[in-house]
Amino acid sequence: MKLLDSPHLSRSAGASDPIIAVSGLSKTYASGFQALKTVDLEIRRGEIFALLGPNGAGKTTLISIICGIVNPSTGTVTADGHDIIRDFRAARTKIGLVPQELTTDAFESVWATVTFSRGLFGKPPNPAYLEKILKDLSLWEKRDSKIMTLSGGMKRRVMIAKALSHEPTILFLDEPTAGVDVELRRDMWEMVRRLRDNGVTVILTTHYIEEAEEMADRIGVINKGEIILVEDKHVLMQKLGKKQLTLHLQSPLPSIPPELQSENLSLSADGTELVFTFDTQTQETGIAGLLRRLNEHGIDFKDLRTSESSLEEIFVSLVRGRA
Amino acid sequence: MNLYGIKAIYLFEMARTWRTIMQSIASPVLSTSLYFIVFGSAIGSRMASIEGVSYGAFIVPGLIMLSILTESISNASFGIYMPKFTGTIYEILSAPISAVETVIGYVGAAATKSIIIGTIILVTARLFVDFSIAHPLWMIAFLVLTSVTFSLFGFIIGIWADSFQKLQVVPLMIVTPLAFLGGSFYSINMLPPFWQTVALFNPVVYLVSGFRWSFYGVADVDVGISLGMTLAFMLLCLAAIGWIFRTGYRIKA
Repeated sequence: MKLLDSPHLSRSAGASDPIIAVSGLSKTYASGFQALKTVDLEIRRGEIFALLGPNGAGKTTLISIICGIVNPSTGTVTADGHDIIRDFRAARTKIGLVPQELTTDAFESVWATVTFSRGLFGKPPNPAYLEKILKDLSLWEKRDSKIMTLSGGMKRRVMIAKALSHEPTILFLDEPTAGVDVELRRDMWEMVRRLRDNGVTVILTTHYIEEAEEMADRIGVINKGEIILVEDKHVLMQKLGKKQLTLHLQSPLPSIPPELQSENLSLSADGTELVFTFDTQTQETGIAGLLRRLNEHGIDFKDLRTSESSLEEIFVSLVRGRA
Repeated sequence: MNLYGIKAIYLFEMARTWRTIMQSIASPVLSTSLYFIVFGSAIGSRMASIEGVSYGAFIVPGLIMLSILTESISNASFGIYMPKFTGTIYEILSAPISAVETVIGYVGAAATKSIIIGTIILVTARLFVDFSIAHPLWMIAFLVLTSVTFSLFGFIIGIWADSFQKLQVVPLMIVTPLAFLGGSFYSINMLPPFWQTVALFNPVVYLVSGFRWSFYGVADVDVGISLGMTLAFMLLCLAAIGWIFRTGYRIKA
């Protein structure tokens, strides 16, 4: 399948200088569970990369290894050219992580916790910078509040503030909008774009396809511990983003009349439905012409509907196809 | 060396101490004061002096050691257990900070707290009984060494524990008996010969004996052996911690 370019191919396609290079990475937990088979992946500098996959696909394991929370079984990872194990200090200084779970020090104040995070990552104090982050995330008013008194959405933002406190150039967001209301989700997307505009590379995992569709420059799909696809979002949408017009005919057709035959038109097995596939990206879809010609041939239809393959369908078909 | 990182952990842990000042400092001081009232003043006044030291004064070093042991272990174990329990340890693991630096931060804070408590108890004891310190520098050395060593031990327990129950069981079931049988309230020379030999397998005996020597110049075992045993236990703890971080035992899958 042409679509399933291996990550190696997409490497030659563009990224001359990947900010994260994962090669031959695998992870088998002590329980014997193989969370990652052999993973090769390159993240380009300055992009928003969405890692999509169902629960248990290995998204969090992959992120955890890159960030140093889980030991890899085999393989190597470099972050901005630094090996994450041999040169862990340089690598980790570049990386900020917002984990999936809301894990915070309940009794600490917002200000204390971001100050702690910055120091932990080896950066000298910079109250002005921390103030800016908290203001950006609408947390400045809450800086002296204990974290336990904050709402879930605010806690999520505190975790983002912590991850940004040491000025990372690579940000991992593990399910950033899980359990977050619509408005906050929009705010978060806005914030992620701002970060990208400031040169931060953002890698986010999600199982909301909508999120990947909205945000990502490139999309990687992971399933059962394997990266099954890495593709530019627009290319992916174009390749698979077909729209279909389905016509329910008044009376079944034995076959498509020869004058109408084209590769875009097909007839259902029982002859009651004509399906016309067209490209959403072009100006001239050919629908008007088709309907005119159907009329000329006296083919009547009683109903019609159009459908568009969303990223979700693409995703489901990919994951199912591999299952 | 990530000095900012060490400082961040150290200050975070010390902030926890000040935030919980009642449990952290007031309660060990109170319980030790009770010991002084009961053993030192009430019972001690009827006891003969031991090796030329009045009973009330005799128990001072032992009581300080008792507090330092239990406080070091509980502070250090709690300090590292909590991030594991709440999940905030992800941040420590993902930070550009080495194992040694992490341990310096946590153990340094726990030991500092123990030294503060030990000093407060020392001052408090002076209100109840009269005593003098023969070798102040040695006294400080033993205080610091014991605080650090048992904070390391507590750190190991905190890593090992995967439930609050386990967090309590070692201090309660092993350390408290060892501390009580370690000669805090008596000289092991007062024991029958067989139990004297058994007592020599108790590491706390060496700590208490050495510490008491720094006060009164009298000891159950030679001070050099006390020092050697304390250092040996510290090295053992350091080796265990080295192994923990090398293998990722219970902190890193």
